[in-house]
Amino acid sequence: MTPEELQKIADTELEAKQKGGHTLCVCMAAGCVSTQSDKVKESLQQAIEKHGLKETCKVKGVGCMGLCMAGPLVAVEQTGALYQMVTPQDADEIVKNLGKPPVKRLECDTTQPFFTRQKKIVLENSGIVDAERIEEYIAAKGYEALLEALTSMNPAEVTEQVSKSGLRGRGGAGFPTGLKWGTVAKARGERKFVICNGDEGDPGAFMDRSVLESDPHRVLEGMAIAGYAVGASQGYIYVRAEYPLAVKRLKDAIKQAERHGLLGHNIFGTTFSFNIEVRLGAGAFVCGEETALIASVEGKRGQPRPRPPFPAERGLWDCPTLINNVETFANIPPIIRNGGEWFAGIGTEKGKGTKVFALAGAVKNTGLIEVPMGISLREIIFEIGGGIPDGKKFKAVQTGGPSGGCIPEQFLEMAVDYDSLAKVGSIMGSGGMIVMDETSCMVDVAKFFMEFCMTESCGKCVPCRVGTKQMHELLTKITGGTATAGDLAMLEELCDVVKNTSLCGLGMTAPNPVVSTLRYFRDEYMAHINDRRCPAGVCKIGKEQLATV
Amino acid sequence: MNPSAQKVPSVKTLQINGKDVSAREDQTLLDVARENGVFIPTLCNLDGLTPIGACRLCLVEVKGARRLLPACITQIQDNMEVFTETETLVKYRKMILELLFAERNHVCSVCVSNGHCELQAMAQKLGLDHIRYPYLYPKLAVDASHDRFAVDHNRCILCQRCVRVCDEIEGAHTWDVQGRGTASLVITDLNQPWGTSESCTSCGKCVQVCPTGTLFEKGRASGEMTKREFLPYLTLMREERV
Amino acid sequence: MSKARVATIWLDGCSGCHMSFLDIDERLIELADKIELVYSPLVDAKEYPENVDVCLCEGAVSNEDDLKKILKVRARTKILVSLGDCAVNSNVPSMRNPFGVEDVYKRAYIENAQLNQQIPKQVIPPLLKNARPIHECVKVDVFVPGCPPSADGIYYVVSELLAGRMPDTASKTRFGA
Repeated sequence: MTPEELQKIADTELEAKQKGGHTLCVCMAAGCVSTQSDKVKESLQQAIEKHGLKETCKVKGVGCMGLCMAGPLVAVEQTGALYQMVTPQDADEIVKNLGKPPVKRLECDTTQPFFTRQKKIVLENSGIVDAERIEEYIAAKGYEALLEALTSMNPAEVTEQVSKSGLRGRGGAGFPTGLKWGTVAKARGERKFVICNGDEGDPGAFMDRSVLESDPHRVLEGMAIAGYAVGASQGYIYVRAEYPLAVKRLKDAIKQAERHGLLGHNIFGTTFSFNIEVRLGAGAFVCGEETALIASVEGKRGQPRPRPPFPAERGLWDCPTLINNVETFANIPPIIRNGGEWFAGIGTEKGKGTKVFALAGAVKNTGLIEVPMGISLREIIFEIGGGIPDGKKFKAVQTGGPSGGCIPEQFLEMAVDYDSLAKVGSIMGSGGMIVMDETSCMVDVAKFFMEFCMTESCGKCVPCRVGTKQMHELLTKITGGTATAGDLAMLEELCDVVKNTSLCGLGMTAPNPVVSTLRYFRDEYMAHINDRRCPAGVCKIGKEQLATV
Repeated sequence: MNPSAQKVPSVKTLQINGKDVSAREDQTLLDVARENGVFIPTLCNLDGLTPIGACRLCLVEVKGARRLLPACITQIQDNMEVFTETETLVKYRKMILELLFAERNHVCSVCVSNGHCELQAMAQKLGLDHIRYPYLYPKLAVDASHDRFAVDHNRCILCQRCVRVCDEIEGAHTWDVQGRGTASLVITDLNQPWGTSESCTSCGKCVQVCPTGTLFEKGRASGEMTKREFLPYLTLMREERV
Repeated sequence: MSKARVATIWLDGCSGCHMSFLDIDERLIELADKIELVYSPLVDAKEYPENVDVCLCEGAVSNEDDLKKILKVRARTKILVSLGDCAVNSNVPSMRNPFGVEDVYKRAYIENAQLNQQIPKQVIPPLLKNARPIHECVKVDVFVPGCPPSADGIYYVVSELLAGRMPDTASKTRFGA
């Protein structure tokens, strides 16, 4: 592949678009596919053929458009019209109305805040390009950043741009990405590796899945740029096997990129070579922890090991290894294309750029959103999310999954970034955001997350393995209405020991849901313990038993 | 090899509980503490096996560190200030030990290792006279299919010494761990009866390194299973002579 | 000086701890001057009295009768001592716990019975779901692990308590000792 060839692919693609006619974009990400968008796509194709519009109209599959609750979604590329909850039966009507005002009955209002308040960088191609065609990605400036990096920058300059951008790890901990790249670049080792962490395991989170399903090449390009910056020639993408569609699209994307010479030997005729392989996770949450993930890639049992040494120094097969999350890599191409300063101009002082969230729970618009850092929780939940359905009252929002915390109403005006979330006892996490209304019992919520951590604890270190189990037993006792004040004290003591003595992040953060609900909703715990009553009416509290037996 | 190319570890000084000590830079905190007569409790650690930092008993406080650090695996640094007996550490160690006792069915009185058990001795050493956490009473099996040895999972603390000695010293890798969380279990081969394992060489190293009565020689009655310390000797013999 | 009112009680245990207590031998005579044994399997009292200063409790809480007894003991005793592993960590009685009560009954009264195979419904108090250490049921003041704790250990504990001190039991005994 030469720069000219890359340009030619983009031009051909754009020319085809200029031809006129209509393109129907059907969301083919997992959310819409689960509501039969694949059937909708077929029906639309048949309808086009039936109406003899084959020459002027076409149907293509695209990635996630965000508003998952309204799926299957179909967009008309040329007019911007968006149809929601489309069934295969609606296909005929949609095709007949092409070139006319859109079908009112199916129209989705694209002027609502859900669409207008977002800022898309990571998801700039999501819902627009066909994830299965590299040509479309190239036409959307794809691989331009890699070309620029390889041909007009040296590795240190690439890292410098990433540092300048202020990008921080999107996997949860928020470590400065540029610093990490610089460390791996400096580390001594004959071989180095780049790993993309796509082991997204938080309940209710699907950011990485959507990115991989909607725009896989963006991640590959980010990884290749990283490989160039740190001096690695081999990359691995670790994706959970529960994401078959993402895995398929990734594998196809890798093949296409290799065929076009955008991965493999001597990319763009330079001396830089980079290969990427997919590794499947076997469903263990702990493999999202970097050292456990590395063990798993090596073919070993996915268990974490103490750090230091950090993977940047000793990672995969004891070689210096750069490990970043899917969303982090997805941010790289636009940063290189537009410069680090451009990225640093978005967001807040301590949180640059945007963040993708999977909005779920008691909120009208559930789906995938991308917002600038610093936006308030209220804007996310009540404007973009459309507020709480059925006139119910907001109670809390949970960020960061089982490692995060529940944030009550009094912090809704808070600007979302790494530090502010940490200050109120939660974490940014990978981007899961679960909204809860007044019908949720916070003790029950804490128990749910504790059960998750308990079953996902790898079992290596004692406090996480047994401590989470004991905490879950105590929470079960509280929700069952048989706990005493002594049990609550024991629960708090366990939170402390598990947080401070566990080996890896899973255990260290496992008490967070309990700690944060105790901090803001202690009265609910006390109602279960003192009055044997669940204020939200969720917990089934049986007859009083001898409190100590 | 050119001797001058070999890196000679330099000597550093640090403080343990306020006392100045010196150590080679390639030593761990645990090594240095022991050399200087400072007691740090351990269960998963065993000289001669790769430390894994799993039991968390050897956690120590290091001034300036954000977290508690496992002494078994933490390399010393110049001017480190280490504390091994703070109130918090003493509290955490007891709690971790309590969690271990509550996890499985440790009935010391009828155990083959009664009186020779590291878990039992540690409880006494740390002043543990009862367990506050509710016992979990899991139903666990005993595998006595091997000719000479048996494994009683009721007594296992998942220290992985058997896994490591089998892999690192014997080179057989018969033992490994299956399952997650409290459902974790040490297994032979692909979870088949020990007696049918084709990789097991019946060397008995796993039995000798087991800190509790989980792995034992058949025919031993309560309190009769004593262990031999063979690893330090073996490690010494295998060391490359320069 | 008035004598301390001391009791001992035997729940689900083998009476080994009581035997070990008797093994303090001639020191019993010395103790006899300082204590009044107000209730024990070793004496005749039928009802656990009020205002007991110290009670040495042997055995785990395994059935409904044990539970009733220990609740009464707790209510009427100043210092409750868990004596021995069964009381401290439910020890051998707890070995039935993983199997469930039904299986235990079946094993004992059906599978292993030669005659009259039936699960008793009267006289024998029903088993609790688990045999449990005493402190999981009532507050315990002193823990003396050991199976059994040595005579010296028991003598030390009793002497310390009579002298108004809390004994440091970990220095004298351990689980399974």
